[in-house]
Amino acid sequence: MELTGLFFYVVSLLIMGGIYALLCLALNVQWGMGGLFNAGIAGFYGVGAYTSAILSTAASGRHLGGFSMPVPIGLVGAALVAGITGWAVARICVRLKSDYLAMASIGIAEILRLVFVNESWLTNGSLGVSRIPRPLSDFTTGRMSDVVFLGFVWVIVLLVYVATSRLYDSPWGRSLRAIRDNEASALAAGKNVEKYRIQTFVIGCAVMGVAGGLSAHYFRFLSPTATDPLLTTFLVWVMLMAGGSGNNRGAILGALTIWTLWSVTEIFTNRLPPEWATRSSFIRMLLVGLLLQFVLQRFRSGLLPEKSPPVRFRKD
Amino acid sequence: MSEFINFYLFPALTIGSIYALGAVGISMIFGILRFAHFAHGDLMTLGTYGILAAAALMPVNPLLLVPFGMALTVFAALFVDRYFYRPLRDLPTIYTVISSFGIALVFRSLIQLVWGSENQVLVAGVRPPLILFDTFRVSVLHLQAIVTTAVIAVLLHFFLTATRTGRSMRAVADDPELAEVSGLDTAKVVRWTWIIGAALAAVAGAFAALNTSAHPNLGWNLLLPMFAAAILGGIGKPMGAMAGGFIIGMAEELSSYHWIGDEALISPSYKTAVAFVIMISLLIFRPQGLFKGRLL
Amino acid sequence: MTEQLSVTGLTAGYGGPPIIEDISLSVEPGEIAVVLGPNGAGKSTLLKTIFALTSVSAGSIRLGERELTECRTSALVPLGVSAVPQNRNVFPSMTVDENLDVGTYAAPPADQKATRERVLSLFPDLKGKLRQPAGELSGGQRQMVAMGRALMSEPKLVLLDEPTAGLSPAYLERIFDLLLDIRKTGITILMVEQNARQALQIADHGHILVNGRNHVSGTGEELLGDKDVRRLFLGGAAG
Repeated sequence: MELTGLFFYVVSLLIMGGIYALLCLALNVQWGMGGLFNAGIAGFYGVGAYTSAILSTAASGRHLGGFSMPVPIGLVGAALVAGITGWAVARICVRLKSDYLAMASIGIAEILRLVFVNESWLTNGSLGVSRIPRPLSDFTTGRMSDVVFLGFVWVIVLLVYVATSRLYDSPWGRSLRAIRDNEASALAAGKNVEKYRIQTFVIGCAVMGVAGGLSAHYFRFLSPTATDPLLTTFLVWVMLMAGGSGNNRGAILGALTIWTLWSVTEIFTNRLPPEWATRSSFIRMLLVGLLLQFVLQRFRSGLLPEKSPPVRFRKD
Repeated sequence: MSEFINFYLFPALTIGSIYALGAVGISMIFGILRFAHFAHGDLMTLGTYGILAAAALMPVNPLLLVPFGMALTVFAALFVDRYFYRPLRDLPTIYTVISSFGIALVFRSLIQLVWGSENQVLVAGVRPPLILFDTFRVSVLHLQAIVTTAVIAVLLHFFLTATRTGRSMRAVADDPELAEVSGLDTAKVVRWTWIIGAALAAVAGAFAALNTSAHPNLGWNLLLPMFAAAILGGIGKPMGAMAGGFIIGMAEELSSYHWIGDEALISPSYKTAVAFVIMISLLIFRPQGLFKGRLL
Repeated sequence: MTEQLSVTGLTAGYGGPPIIEDISLSVEPGEIAVVLGPNGAGKSTLLKTIFALTSVSAGSIRLGERELTECRTSALVPLGVSAVPQNRNVFPSMTVDENLDVGTYAAPPADQKATRERVLSLFPDLKGKLRQPAGELSGGQRQMVAMGRALMSEPKLVLLDEPTAGLSPAYLERIFDLLLDIRKTGITILMVEQNARQALQIADHGHILVNGRNHVSGTGEELLGDKDVRRLFLGGAAG
């Protein structure tokens, strides 16, 4: 593979890696810091993508648009809408056991997907939204704009990394961790557990929305299949569990490692004869599912300490 | 009136039966193992494909082949519990939930590897409906699903109230530590929970595939309404889950009936949203469900 | 039971620092033994340890030849040891009848019907409530259901954790009378109690724990008459 080809492959790898890094950082805030299990990442990602797309595209007869806002505004909008959606979900579920939050978040992701598919006046349905602009598109075009975009993504990753690390060390973060480690005594100390959890969830969802927006601007096209639960929700969980250990650096590392593995294996499988090519994607799914089991059983150290009592059949 | 019964009521009861059978397993697993089993839908799909495989070898009515589907699902459930869920039993149950997420994916990808991802039909051709009382046209499948589920409901109730194993299961669901102290064999209870849940999932998978077609996402798509049904019935109350399944099925199907005027009350594309809205309302107002199940 | 229960040098806790340390005592067949002590003394922990619900770091619990620290919780009933926990001692969604029935699963009595008759004659109050969910009963009635369940397996030794806690004085008397009735049938009783005076009055032996360790042991009368014990636990007044 010639050098320029390789170079631009790496660029695209790092762009998607960066978007996944954002998703992992967001999930780390929810799970690593707050102990909240979000199974509907795809939904918040999608809502952010569509918001940013709608805000930044030119007028089109096929979907809501015409605002032609600059990309950063689109991303802010994505964060807001995703955050508000997250707020609604958290508000309802945060008091209940984590299994319920998982179900509700999956449900919301599904509802949002239905909206994206059916409300064609808003999203152009399955046909998708096209001609989504790149940031700084006045200054660069073609493949160079990919490089610019790479920088754009990683600046945002850096900002989010710094922000979340600051949050972790701040009084807010310390309270959150106290709640995560021992809810009863945090409650006794007067902490409003519910409020902290809702804030955690909202912050995470907002960042997921930004990640969605970024992917819309990267591909310049967005359709409901972009919110496929497999690639978004599940892969992010595997990334965080494998690399995460509940800290931000692990989140980024996990994202890059797993995405690289995923992407590189795709190169090989694309070279197989057609009958094998489809099978290979299922093999990859299978391996990712098994990888998660392996990580759960062996590599949990450093992840969340006990929050709710486990099922004890033997001893107390 | 007959339109209502033929095109809305019976399909509603049929989908309700499917939900009921799946929700029972989910509720029992919730009640005894205390976690939300996200792989239950894909367990159903596994049952469907087990039947499909058997049908390729034995060209008889697929319903007769359900035992093959059951054999596959029961084996899969026991295997997965032994090697993937049990190692996590000492941890907070959310880890088992995460694991079941992954297992769902494992089931689905295995199915797609072996059978491919296109829709497959369990029974070729269209079967003529039964005509009752000269006005009601009922599909045979609908009758089979509803009657089978009713029979299973009676058997299940008997099992839970009158047999030792059934009572032991209820005891463990009530209080696992007291059950151990009373000498009950909790390992056996766990095994039977999986066996019954998986077997019913296979039956649900059979009817679901006969109702539409067999495809790898069959079970996953039904997971959310089944969770809603389990919550509606009260966690850990298997009979409640059955009732919940029927209620959710009715709500979904009947929501697209034109109660007012000529338009469907809720657009059919948003049918799945109905179950979700019900579930959310339950979580806000009455998380213990209709029959006062446990709050986890 | 013909075997002695002997606890030797037992140290156990819940995973952190030990709650009970170096506890030794023995329970003779057919007697009523009482464990007393201030709150936090480790009395309940001792019972839970016999039932393998804690983590043992040292010591042994022998029932005759059997080493109980090597047994699982569910193995105790088949060995002839039943327990009546303090709270959460019934299966609330199951009926009284079903609760009693569950007691026979691990160690079915030879003549189940006769056993049931006998248990119900001990607790006549329950006869009219057999179909009621146990969770709907009052505290005293639940206690009886729990004791009934423990007796359905025809145990040799019954452990009770504060059987009179939270009960009205009327039930209190009845529980102590019931314990004497149970002892008459040859069953050994080991119980933790807060009502020290009444417990010592029916006990053959008492063991007092303080801060997780043995403090003093003796017969019921000895402890009732002991000045220190009177002062610490019996309110000082002549009992």
